[in-house]
Amino acid sequence: MSGKEGSGGFRKRKHDNFPHGQRREEKENVNPSSALMTSFKSFQLELDTRHDKYERLVKLSRDITIESKRTIFLLHRFTSAPNGEEILNESEVKLDAVRQKIKQVAQELIGEDMYQFHRAISPGLQEYVEAVSFQYFIKTRSLISVEEINKQLIFTAEDREETTNTTSNSHGKQQHTWSLKVTPVDYLLGVADLTGELMRLCISSVGNGDIDTPFELSQFLRQIYDGFTYIGNTGPYEVSKKLYTLKQSLAKVENACYTLKVRGSEIPKHMLADVFSSKTELIDQDEGLP
Amino acid sequence: MSVSAMFAALQGALGQDQDIREEIRKVVQALEQTAREILTVLQGVHQGPGFQHIPKKCQKAREHFSTVRTQMESLKTKFPADQYYRFHEHWRFVLQRLVFLAAFVVYLESETLVTREAVAEILGIEADRERGFHLDIEDYLSGVLTLASELARLAVNSVTAGDYSRPLRISAFINELDSGFRLLNLKNDSLRKRYDGLKYDVKKIEEVVYDLSIRGLNKEAAVGAGGEK
Repeated sequence: MSGKEGSGGFRKRKHDNFPHGQRREEKENVNPSSALMTSFKSFQLELDTRHDKYERLVKLSRDITIESKRTIFLLHRFTSAPNGEEILNESEVKLDAVRQKIKQVAQELIGEDMYQFHRAISPGLQEYVEAVSFQYFIKTRSLISVEEINKQLIFTAEDREETTNTTSNSHGKQQHTWSLKVTPVDYLLGVADLTGELMRLCISSVGNGDIDTPFELSQFLRQIYDGFTYIGNTGPYEVSKKLYTLKQSLAKVENACYTLKVRGSEIPKHMLADVFSSKTELIDQDEGLP
Repeated sequence: MSVSAMFAALQGALGQDQDIREEIRKVVQALEQTAREILTVLQGVHQGPGFQHIPKKCQKAREHFSTVRTQMESLKTKFPADQYYRFHEHWRFVLQRLVFLAAFVVYLESETLVTREAVAEILGIEADRERGFHLDIEDYLSGVLTLASELARLAVNSVTAGDYSRPLRISAFINELDSGFRLLNLKNDSLRKRYDGLKYDVKKIEEVVYDLSIRGLNKEAAVGAGGEK
């Protein structure tokens, strides 16, 4: 908003620099009700409406990102705390709140081409995918599918949102349905981010003396990594960019497992965490040199 | 579903996507070729003798636009109708160029700004998003801005060719266009950048008009002998 006002002010100031006589003459020449001016007035309206909608979506997307991040932090507490069920329930409540936001996004997009505003909402959706797949992994130890995610993003009934109109009240729970589809690319990027979280989970679970989880995680991460290499460069540029980070996460987890196997048999359990943290530092340094 | 099966399905979707893009790219290349041909035809107006043949050149350009319409028809069939903005980037540039060309033809014929609906009709597409393949408003405005710089050039060249009245008419037109654009609240995007160039076109044309009036040439033009030296 302030940017717009700023540029308007800038333009106004520029006009003042015109010599006054010329300025007046120009004003006389231009008939404010000419066909050209009327059509530009309607363009103004159309552009403003579009920009406003975009801004609203950006704001929603930011809220979705923030809440999803918080959910992820909450879920990281899961392994260390004894009250696991409670945390899972709490995360579910949080994700429901996020879904309410996504519902608002879906309502904004009724009758619109989703891809027109995709850039505004994409970061939020990716973060949501990350949060929801993280929770799903903790619950079931498997990867949530894109269909599963989309199923949770259909609000109220089964119909597609394109056929319904925005006519009556927004709380009409019987007739109106809104849905949002996470695109394959958003899903992939979200899953790529998930691997980073899993890596963190792996390291912290070692810290807690959990010896089994790292192996399970390395297995799972390897599957995802294989999946991403299968896609390779068919996907867009962002996906291939994430592949590099994914490789690093996987290396970290594999090294952790290696250390556990080699050293685990010879040092007492309570010292494992120390050995381990120095090991990860070493890996961190290695990454600086690719 | 296993992880690998999931990724195989995703790969399938992405592969299809790439096929669609490939198809679109082919049609867009053909459109770019036609656009270049139209531009070549219209460039003739900048040369001295070209001023006498403006109607003929517009006629010829309009014939080329029928090729554009058939190419647009084939473009429409290459992707699902409700995913216009998904592939928008591919044809954005050429569409803006075509808008410019259509606007230029219409200006040369009638010295008015082509409406969005009229451009859409010339190109064989829709003005409204609801009715299918349409002309995005930002693309339309971009094309119109290109027209402004072309007219600045035309003003200079018409003086060289001895047509002293045309710059005055162009000046009035550009001024109106400028006031129109000033109504818009543009975001800091590519359209805004193009708009920032408009003031230089306005300035250029004002200079031409100034040169003419200081020598009394605008009065000579007003008397009516437009083409005479």
